[in-house]
Amino acid sequence: MSGDFNIVGRSVVRQDAYAKVTGQAKFADDYKFPGMLFGVMVRTDVSHALIHSIDYSGLLDYPEVTVCDINDIRGSRKVGVVTADQPVFCYEKIVTPGDVICMLVGADESQLKLLTAKVKTELEELPLITDPEKALDPDATFIHPDKKSNLIVHYPLRKGDVEKGFHESKHVIEQKYTTPLIEHAYLEPEAVTAVPIEGRGGVRIIGSIQNPHTTRRIVAEVLNFPLTKVRVVQAELGGAFGGKDDLMNIISARAAIAAIKTRRPVKVRYTREESVVESYKRHPYIMKYKVGFNDDGIIKAMKIDILADGGAYASMSPFVTWRTVVQATGPYEIENVHTDVRAVYTNNPYTGAMRGFGSPQPIFAQESLMDEIAEIIGVSPYEIRKINGVKPGSITASGHKLRDHDVNLLSVLERAERETNFTERHKECSRSANTKFQTSQKFRGSGFILKKDEMLDNRDIIKKGIGLAVSLRGCSLGAEGIDAAAAYLSVQKDGSAYLISGLAENGQGLRTTFSIIAAEVLGISPEHIYYLEQDTGIIADSGPTVASRSTIMGGSAVKNAAEIIKKRFEEMLLTYWNIKSKDQLLFKNNRVYEQSRSISFSELCSLAYSKGLNMSAIGWFKGPSVHWDEEKGQGAAYFTYVYGCQVAEVSANLLTGEIFVDRIVAVHDPGKIINLMGAKGQVFGGVTQGAGYALWEGITTYNGNIRENNFDQILIPTSKDIGEIESIFLEGEDIYGAWGAKSLGEPTLELTAAAIANAVKNATGLRYFNLPLNPEEILLSRKLSPNDLSRGSTN
Amino acid sequence: MKEEKEKKEISRREFLGKAGTGVAGSYFILSSLKQAEAVAKENPLQPPETYFGNIQVQLTVNGVKHKVRVHTNTTLVELLRDRLSLTGTKVVCNHGECGGCTVVIDKKAVYSCQMLALDADGKDVTTIEGLLKGEELHKVQQAFIDKDGLQCGFCTPGQIMSAYALLLNNPDPSEEEIKTAMAGNICRCSAYPKIKESVAEAARLLKA
Repeated sequence: MSGDFNIVGRSVVRQDAYAKVTGQAKFADDYKFPGMLFGVMVRTDVSHALIHSIDYSGLLDYPEVTVCDINDIRGSRKVGVVTADQPVFCYEKIVTPGDVICMLVGADESQLKLLTAKVKTELEELPLITDPEKALDPDATFIHPDKKSNLIVHYPLRKGDVEKGFHESKHVIEQKYTTPLIEHAYLEPEAVTAVPIEGRGGVRIIGSIQNPHTTRRIVAEVLNFPLTKVRVVQAELGGAFGGKDDLMNIISARAAIAAIKTRRPVKVRYTREESVVESYKRHPYIMKYKVGFNDDGIIKAMKIDILADGGAYASMSPFVTWRTVVQATGPYEIENVHTDVRAVYTNNPYTGAMRGFGSPQPIFAQESLMDEIAEIIGVSPYEIRKINGVKPGSITASGHKLRDHDVNLLSVLERAERETNFTERHKECSRSANTKFQTSQKFRGSGFILKKDEMLDNRDIIKKGIGLAVSLRGCSLGAEGIDAAAAYLSVQKDGSAYLISGLAENGQGLRTTFSIIAAEVLGISPEHIYYLEQDTGIIADSGPTVASRSTIMGGSAVKNAAEIIKKRFEEMLLTYWNIKSKDQLLFKNNRVYEQSRSISFSELCSLAYSKGLNMSAIGWFKGPSVHWDEEKGQGAAYFTYVYGCQVAEVSANLLTGEIFVDRIVAVHDPGKIINLMGAKGQVFGGVTQGAGYALWEGITTYNGNIRENNFDQILIPTSKDIGEIESIFLEGEDIYGAWGAKSLGEPTLELTAAAIANAVKNATGLRYFNLPLNPEEILLSRKLSPNDLSRGSTN
Repeated sequence: MKEEKEKKEISRREFLGKAGTGVAGSYFILSSLKQAEAVAKENPLQPPETYFGNIQVQLTVNGVKHKVRVHTNTTLVELLRDRLSLTGTKVVCNHGECGGCTVVIDKKAVYSCQMLALDADGKDVTTIEGLLKGEELHKVQQAFIDKDGLQCGFCTPGQIMSAYALLLNNPDPSEEEIKTAMAGNICRCSAYPKIKESVAEAARLLKA
């Protein structure tokens, strides 16, 4: 089959490349409208308080300024993708520093920013909850009093009898791991313009929006409009990584309120600082693992207790933590599992969807743990994963039997091991991992002067290490929600075609991928496909562009649309050429062949047009049904899975604690690759962001306030910070997805931090339990940030 | 039009009244009612005269001379984007950290968010828009397309301007020199390996 492709699997240049390299691509803040006003947010300087009153009298001298607040909302005052707990404008309480009480609207944005100080509030401060471990204390103040609990969600998972499993185990170890709050740091800050449509037609919204249909729903709820009166158009999106969902919905609603009120276009654009303070982040996790195993390496039982800091609002916490409970044991077949995952409300910045979506955290824990198990029973990290890893027919922690696709976990693992000569090098590095470093560590900071033979030789300063991590990842939404997608393809009489899908381009290259799929089916070049601008008015709701689901879901819908049209062409040709079977028809190289004769695709379209053939179709793909038992945490959680293995090679500087990632080898089975160029781009991106997660990134808070509010303090990787990245694809077959094309975006990120942590252990001989592994953690075995003092690595 | 507005005003007050009782007891206060009256006056379509500032600067952008009034605190990127509608240059951090706003002045890559418009007086500025000659792409732009040196594209104008500045000064850069020259431009999609390839390819294309 694979040999028969014309375009699929090759490298195809991005469709939007020309617009992007010339600066012509229009991002949200590049749109201007006549008479446009600006909206500027007013926030308070507290993290948790009751609002007694808001006083606008300071603005009386500025008649040109309009105020929008809770009183301008005709529909829902609180919104949320899962739970409606986030007010568009706060009116009862402030629960986190990003909270907005009102918006000033006027022509002069810089004037409005000064005027925010004139809005006075009377607040009554409440006790803060910033430690998620105290959120469920009996005396804890409720962040949202109407919920009568700070628990956002609790997912149990029970398989077998974990106590019996521990009883049968020779070794039982317990560890605690933590991960930090992470900012998406999409380079384009939030921006949106709402334009009133004449004749009470509603409102048109153009913005940096990840999920236009979700935004439409939220805005319509807030305005109390029918869905059709809110048209959401996606501007070119300057990165999202999961981050332009909830907040963009709310900002869009605020802009829409102002546009309706002033009858003028209203633009809201955030500075970087505003973006950091108000946007949601990746969840910090506190993870306690207890594992029982025997000398043969077989894991008998695993008990997992995970607490996620959901921050002030639920956002995507219920979905993020659900993926965690399904995948918390990693890609291992374990007889007895007992998992509890909880997300709680605190006054910290709220957390939601971010690339990885509840998987990078448990992977860091469980893959660190696997290496420890290997060390205890004296086998290599590769071996321990081979012993416990899932194989075809294995049953996951949630009781799901893996079948209908290539269960390629061991294949990617073996390939990565072979590619890097892992086992041998791991042994080599761990032999030289250095008692000296540990000795010097012991004395560091305790006032001892090192003896001469305890001092480090220059040659000993840089230590090499190698580590690996593996994962299985459920594709698309799974039992989280309705899983279906639409695509519209309209072939024109000259052979060119319009294409659009309900899933949105987030910068990942979706338009190019989908064009390739349609072009492959019709046997034409992808350049003949014109991808339409994303507009909720012209394409059906296809759910959000999240969970690495675009290629598998949207791709299948595009393929379906193209096949519908192809079938119509074939039927027409049966009559036209007077042939009996369409088996001989071949759509290739912009022509259709039948034995010795052929017709160009454009002539075919012109012919079809003259015969009144319907050359437009809406394709649809609905994911196979999945199932979840909420009480036991059992079920076929996802309809299919992908597998990956990454190996990290690092250099650790023992004097400064600096870690340099020399090389990452990423072996992934994403199913069939559609665009090789785009696929490689996903690997570079995911791995680099994963390295940032491992080594530098991390937002810290003080009483809920974020300390790092711009890129001078939020350290995201630059081109100099990472070495070579090598991507290897093992394309497994699957009955789902277009030709078996599945997911890649998130698997590339989720493994890297765990692989690097294992490599650092291999180099330094010390294991670290908290991310990021920054120099102070590595050198001092503790974090220096004040609120992290309690944390710190053991050993 | 006027009638409709009055009607809206009334319904708004009714709504406010209801909201006042519905919302947590003490929230609603009189001053927001006054404010509601204040905003009912028609907003002027044009921003006030002082909006654009009162200091004149003269500069050349992409070969075109401009005379513009600015404020003392207007930055070059604000001048380019908001006044000259050259929106190819992006504001990312507005903090001199990420390189998204990079333009070229006197053969040097400059963060335009860190330069006051006043300081650009008399200068010759090249932005991403200036690289395109008619429909024809500059070699650096072509190289970024060929080598797929981008994903979302938001950092791309800045990346290309940094690469352009590098190649103006050093037509034959080593890999290390490319890395160093491009280190001031963050790409969160992390297309770095491909950006490096793109710059190397651009050097090749320019020499050919």
